[in-house]
Amino acid sequence: MKTNVYDAVVIGGGAAGMACACEMDSSGLKVAIVEREETLGGILLQCIHNGFGLHRFKEELTGPEYAERYIEKVENTSLDVFLSTTVVNIANEGEGYCVTGYSGSEGVLLFKTEAVVLAMGCRERNRGNIGIPGTRPSGILTAGLAQRLINMDGLVPGRRIVIAGSGDIGLIMARRLTWTGCEVLGVVEILPYASGITRNIVQCLKDFDIPLYLSHIISRIEGKDRVESVQVTPLQDGKPDISGSFPLECDTILLSVGLIPENELSRKASVKINHETGGAYVDAHYMTSQKGIFACGNVLHVHDIVDFVSEESVTCGRYVHQYVKHSLLDAAQYNVTPGANVKYVIPNSFIREAGRKFYLRSLIVKNDAELKVMLGEQTIIKKKLRHVQPSEMISFVLDNEAFPASLPIGDRMALEVSIH
Amino acid sequence: MPESRNKFDLAIVGAGVTGASIARVLSAYKLRIAVLEKEADISFGVSKANSGIIHAGFHHKPSSLKAVLEVKGNAMFDGLQKELLFPFKRVGILVTAFSYEEMKAVEKLYDQGIENGVPGLEIVNRDRIIGMEPVLNRDVVGGLYAPTGGIIEPYRFVFALMESAVKNGVSLFRNFEVIKSRKHKTSYTIQAASGETIEARYVVNAAGLYADEVSRLFGAEEFEIIPRKGEEFILDRLAAAFPKHVLFPVPAEHSKGILVIPTVEGTMMIGPTANEIENKEDTATTRENLERVLSLARMMVPAISKMDIITSFAGNRPVLKDNDFYIEASGKAERLIQAAGIQSPGLTASPAIAEYVKGLLEKNGLSLVRREDYDPHITGPTPIRGSSPEEVDLLVGTDPAYGRVVCRCEEVSEKEIKEAINRGHTTLDGIKFYTRAGMGRCQGAFCTYKIIKLLIQELGILPEEITKRGGKSKVILRKL
Repeated sequence: MKTNVYDAVVIGGGAAGMACACEMDSSGLKVAIVEREETLGGILLQCIHNGFGLHRFKEELTGPEYAERYIEKVENTSLDVFLSTTVVNIANEGEGYCVTGYSGSEGVLLFKTEAVVLAMGCRERNRGNIGIPGTRPSGILTAGLAQRLINMDGLVPGRRIVIAGSGDIGLIMARRLTWTGCEVLGVVEILPYASGITRNIVQCLKDFDIPLYLSHIISRIEGKDRVESVQVTPLQDGKPDISGSFPLECDTILLSVGLIPENELSRKASVKINHETGGAYVDAHYMTSQKGIFACGNVLHVHDIVDFVSEESVTCGRYVHQYVKHSLLDAAQYNVTPGANVKYVIPNSFIREAGRKFYLRSLIVKNDAELKVMLGEQTIIKKKLRHVQPSEMISFVLDNEAFPASLPIGDRMALEVSIH
Repeated sequence: MPESRNKFDLAIVGAGVTGASIARVLSAYKLRIAVLEKEADISFGVSKANSGIIHAGFHHKPSSLKAVLEVKGNAMFDGLQKELLFPFKRVGILVTAFSYEEMKAVEKLYDQGIENGVPGLEIVNRDRIIGMEPVLNRDVVGGLYAPTGGIIEPYRFVFALMESAVKNGVSLFRNFEVIKSRKHKTSYTIQAASGETIEARYVVNAAGLYADEVSRLFGAEEFEIIPRKGEEFILDRLAAAFPKHVLFPVPAEHSKGILVIPTVEGTMMIGPTANEIENKEDTATTRENLERVLSLARMMVPAISKMDIITSFAGNRPVLKDNDFYIEASGKAERLIQAAGIQSPGLTASPAIAEYVKGLLEKNGLSLVRREDYDPHITGPTPIRGSSPEEVDLLVGTDPAYGRVVCRCEEVSEKEIKEAINRGHTTLDGIKFYTRAGMGRCQGAFCTYKIIKLLIQELGILPEEITKRGGKSKVILRKL
């Protein structure tokens, strides 16, 4: 077994890992990226549609193009990149961590490091997670797997497709499959509104006349060897109304029913997980409950736009640098709590420092909403939001104007974020 | 008799746990044996959808064949594991009682178990059962402890048995659905749906759900196999509440009830239901049963969460009217042995069933001469899951494929996948059962394309030829 020593080890070489690692490299840390696939880039590589980079690069890129920008950046740094290396454990060793990775060419690799950055991304929820009853034939797969098969391997898994769930990958795949000559019979969404972003509803469904069945579920899958049909059932007051059921004859079901941050490795390292996000609790410095372990990107909370993953990961990288150099702002941290109509706010703590950015998700769909941030009894931010919905992430910055130095923070005071 | 490729002393119809056990036991003798399996891989019928429990032997009446073979079979697993290296642990069984009436039933089970010869049985009081199993509902009043109960991966057991049998000369025919037989003076001609035929002097009917139809095909007894469906749910290996023992409720008349099972490979299972159905091929799951299983499992272990469910499946038990095993020489078809109605505790009893069938064959004139070169041991790839980093480092030294992790959820290496393929498990389900790749929390979302590539690479087949489990279960319909 070979041992390597680093200031920080980044687990995962996708959008989050690359942005975070580049930031740390530019500030002079000795950093390794450990990536299980053969190339850097992560899931971006299979997202061959455009719409990436509008915030970060002010231009519209495809997923691989967006990834390429960062891969080139990584190549121009002194970062050590370990490809085809799967991290299987993170062990606390008192002053730092030992990360264990398996590689075909190198055998078992041990990384001794002061800091660890979790950047493993997320996985797709599957049939078992949502409990669709029926048979278990061939032809049931997650939208991401279908995307991978078609876009990277040139393999088409179906002809007549029904998509369960209106998550973004499912919507993108509805369009992609139509372009490859498949027939997409409909997207079935349990909620009364779409789970994906509006842009995708318009560009991927409406433009192709693909029906979106809101407040409907797939109540049964039929077929012995291969999927033959699904029963689609409307919900009436939240309960399936069998009388309104109708069949859709199809050979394939794509599941786009949500993403789960992939934190099994984090849990092995005793990192405390927030059930609202599925990711770690992080403090004002993106540090998890384990000192020296940080998290950013989709492993922390699922983002809808990669540009914000990069942004958040750069911020995280800056704090990891400060942690390694023992220059983290040593000030009191206070809780950030989700208030009315808010699912979660990241990070989970704040510190009095200008320019700190927060990301949150709404629990409601509303036009002309208002974001309200309160510090104790005092409202410090009121911001108009043209439209809020759970699928679109919201952010705000806590600057000096909102939070002047003269404003005292009580000992137990929390920042409460709500939407009205 | 001239040794021709298609002439056998014995044909075993069905490569589930019963057929595979019989094949392996008889592979120790100088016999030409064929195992005929209608599916694309072995263990794809009743044996795959199984709770994976090695029962202790207190559930069945002492007068039944089930009770005799269950207790005898249970005791044989340690020896088998040493030879065949399948995942098996004696974690013990706890029957949990939640009222004093249920405690009375527990006492009956205890008496029955003692009469059946189950070793080590104990009745335990509330404090002791909670001490043994802290995740139990605090309303428990006591229960029965059976230390010889265990957990096993059923398909891995079948694979290992068959590998051993094949190593000792048994011929395995996959995709061989028996549709016709012709009786001769000293043998049978057996024809498959594909047209292929073989000839065998003796026949064992171990056809599971289809044992009634196979019996009819050979002109043997008329009986009916009633499919009794069982639905089960698998929970993530990081699920909040993990029991140490297999937890049983006090049994109902025809079923052992909804169990909470720590599987031998570290996930958790709840189920099975028990509903008699019409169609043998009906393995659909239902929403009602999910809710029912969850609520009954939570009665025993309240911390079980729906959030932890990663998949579900259903299988059908082959049940006979009188609920017992039917293992006898046919009174109508000469040289045919019936091994039918092998439902729970069939897996536990299987090693004893095999010995029993061997006895019946011998009694009916099959001469058994030991092979001098019989080798009971098999070897397989070492799973990296559960190996230490030092061990994995050594394995990678022997083959770099050990260092390439294909299935991240269950930690399965490329080496294990390749071995599965090269041992004849060439469908996605076959590879999954051999290696566990795709059985974890992502259910194949991340590893399926890698396995597809390995199948193409190892077998030189087209992507369109890959199936989930044979037949028309194609995975890829066309190339771009």
